[in-house]
Amino acid sequence: MPKLTIDGVEIEVPDGLTVLQACELAGKEIPRFCYHDRLSVAGNCRMCLVEMERSPKPIASCAMPAAPDMVIHTDTPTVRKARQGVMEFLLINHPLDCPICDQGGECDLQDQAMAYGYDRSRYQENKRAVSEKYMGPLIKTIMTRCIQCTRCVRFATEIAGVEEMGLVNRGEHAEVTTLEKAVDSELSGNLVDICPVGALTSRPYAFKARPWELQSTPSVDVMDAVGSNIKVETRGREVLRVLPRLHEDINEEWIADKTRHACDGLSRQRLDRPYRRGEDGRLREATWEQAFEAVAERLEDLPGAAVAALAGDLCDAESMLALKDLMAALGSANLDCRQDGAKLPAGPRGAYLFNTSIAGIERADACLLIGSDPRREAPLINARLRKRFLRGGFPVAAIGPQRDLTYEVAQLGEDPGALAALAEGEGAFAGVLRRAERPMLVLGMGALARPDGASILGMARRIALETGMVGDDWNGFNVLHRAAARVGGLDLGFLPGEGGRDRDAILAGAASGEVKVVFLLGADEIDMSALGKAFVVYIGHHGDAGAHRADVILPGAAYSEKNGTYVNTEGRVQLGRLAGSPPGDAREDWTILRAFSERLGSPLPYDNLGQLRQRLIEVNPLFARLDQVAPGAWGAFGSETPAEASSPFLLPVDNYYMTDPISRASVTMAECAEAFGLAAPAKRTGTDG
Amino acid sequence: MRTTSYGAPDSGDFAFDEANRKRAETIIARYPEGREQSAVIPLLDIAQRQNGGWLSDSAIAHVAAVIGMAPIRVHEVVSFYTMFYSKPVGRHLIQVCRTTPCWLRGSDELTRACLKKLGTRIGEVTEDGLFSVMEVECLGACANAPMVQINDDYYEDLTPETLVRVLDALAAGQEIGVGSQSGRQGSAPEGGAQTLLETQPGGGGAG
Repeated sequence: MPKLTIDGVEIEVPDGLTVLQACELAGKEIPRFCYHDRLSVAGNCRMCLVEMERSPKPIASCAMPAAPDMVIHTDTPTVRKARQGVMEFLLINHPLDCPICDQGGECDLQDQAMAYGYDRSRYQENKRAVSEKYMGPLIKTIMTRCIQCTRCVRFATEIAGVEEMGLVNRGEHAEVTTLEKAVDSELSGNLVDICPVGALTSRPYAFKARPWELQSTPSVDVMDAVGSNIKVETRGREVLRVLPRLHEDINEEWIADKTRHACDGLSRQRLDRPYRRGEDGRLREATWEQAFEAVAERLEDLPGAAVAALAGDLCDAESMLALKDLMAALGSANLDCRQDGAKLPAGPRGAYLFNTSIAGIERADACLLIGSDPRREAPLINARLRKRFLRGGFPVAAIGPQRDLTYEVAQLGEDPGALAALAEGEGAFAGVLRRAERPMLVLGMGALARPDGASILGMARRIALETGMVGDDWNGFNVLHRAAARVGGLDLGFLPGEGGRDRDAILAGAASGEVKVVFLLGADEIDMSALGKAFVVYIGHHGDAGAHRADVILPGAAYSEKNGTYVNTEGRVQLGRLAGSPPGDAREDWTILRAFSERLGSPLPYDNLGQLRQRLIEVNPLFARLDQVAPGAWGAFGSETPAEASSPFLLPVDNYYMTDPISRASVTMAECAEAFGLAAPAKRTGTDG
Repeated sequence: MRTTSYGAPDSGDFAFDEANRKRAETIIARYPEGREQSAVIPLLDIAQRQNGGWLSDSAIAHVAAVIGMAPIRVHEVVSFYTMFYSKPVGRHLIQVCRTTPCWLRGSDELTRACLKKLGTRIGEVTEDGLFSVMEVECLGACANAPMVQINDDYYEDLTPETLVRVLDALAAGQEIGVGSQSGRQGSAPEGGAQTLLETQPGGGGAG
């Protein structure tokens, strides 16, 4: 614990800090461009110069380890003059195009030039011009603005794990490039955030808005089950961009590209008024009364067993609870939130959570991936795994199709047979797991969403127990969900009740005619042709597969348009907030269900969001514990019957950029899918029948 | 000033030939295990020699693969050092020294004579692929200024005429002596000894 003096104040700082970090702890702000907390130190911008006594010249504080008895001055005429000199050098070749630069208003160089810049230039020479580079559909480059801080190069290499960016040439000719390749990373959007100037800017957001025009709403992402903390930035009711919000235990300060760039899908293919299918089989616009009338008519005298409900991937807990209560009022036990057919148990809670927690990955010392591709299913969890891997001593093995995960993975096989062998203790990796102090396994939907998923779950549980993954202070058993709604749905019991049907049985019942009315709450990933002649009520926000099949469409709100509760794959309860109202006649989903229940004559017992949340907490008290990870209860789950040993695991996500109704409607995501050679699915129009 | 980083298009599949593969192995073996990447510069040199004096994208990719580096990292090295060329050069790469001593002794005339003789501009390769010319900074042979380096050899004490003679000989594939072209030995005084004339080498002058 070195003790040093910073601007006359003595401070003791933890070992291993740099002078810059020590100054931060002492409350002194140090300007910087190349230094970034989460990246390696480059020390090439020289903006963080401070004066150290007994040193003949100013030192770069970002690269100088804090040592005992240092005497640092951060605000002397020398320091100011040195920084002014650095700033003047940086501006020699920086264009004066702030008025047309997208970084304007949130630019480190602009801000720091206000503090350290001269008010006039002493240079007559021409500035250098650098040709633009192609970095893919998400990143727009104006490389003349680049100040060669190399943050982007270090981010791509260290965090994203794609060594595709580099600083080529030297001296005045130095330039950052990818050699004309798109940055093939699910985290590439963060390059725009870490660029301290306007060299890398967001291509979809180019020339859209200035930061001071936007209203920023703190919210939670629903594109995957990570629950990244985001800021939804709107002008009027249009979402213009999504930015990350710091949460050390979830997304640190990054977000995935789908989270950031699928937001243009929020204003396309929206369901903005109710529809009902006419006699001629075409969907026609209707009023809310007519739409409710059509559903109520169909429900009349129908036994509960003939009604079913499926919840989709993006649903908030409130709307699922409202639908669950409505189903109870209709006397139906046929409901399921596992639209992908995953064999997830209703409990104990530890059986369907990412028990290690995302931050806990950093404490693990061995990892087994089963039917999971974290890079495409949860890019930020993959980034944590990589972060842990880079620290060393973290063997990772995978059972399932081979994918590049940006770190070394030993391939143990592709089918449950390999898993069974591991459970028997065969192979070297079984020993690795057994010897590890805190081993973990990640069970993906590729392993659970198959007919023998329960057996796989049981087998994974046995491996977890036999290799000592489950203890008092460590639980290495993890289920990696893909859908933001899933854990919430399981927590509030959006599952078949007594004698009720699960997803497969609902689809079978619909095909055979036993199930006559199916409510789809944003459920678009099921096989619509399997619904047979059933009367389908779609409550959702996009004209996707579900709306296409529906007989009545009740337009709902997307995640940015409602206050909703989401539970991430760790079991962390978080609140998404309303950033802009839903379009046209669309309404927040739970209010639709509440209004419809009134039409049926048995109103749901809540009139506002507060009462609904009270009901949510009654159903499961966990919903009251915001932003906390409670250890998941452990117990018996899974099946003992042997799995189909030779049918290989299939990974659920081939095209990362288009996995849900919002990202499928997004033009940006379609461009990404095209740029990276992933098949772009045919355009769905949904509402035009 | 405009700069850009685009290299020449790839010339095809490059791989070390048998002799160079062995050479590369020897070089890599000089570094501890896990530190193979330290061999990047000597390996690039071997690859450049095998590839006709320049490094194509596929040569860079091959070196990267041999030592387990990302291609972009090797590109950074190649573009940083001035003696790696990422665009084609002539079989005889003429580097005219233009730093002060050579410049005072007429390096501008050498460049002019060279370009006139070959009918090209700086940086271009002649149509027959034999020559390309570039200007470089001090090559450290100031005592024999002006001079040029052609591939690995120095040609010193040049005049435009003697330089053209050298180029003719190289084009014809004839032997031509390297070093001083004015006839003196090494950097010995021009026109014979100028000092210590009264002493005889090896003799007992002072004694």
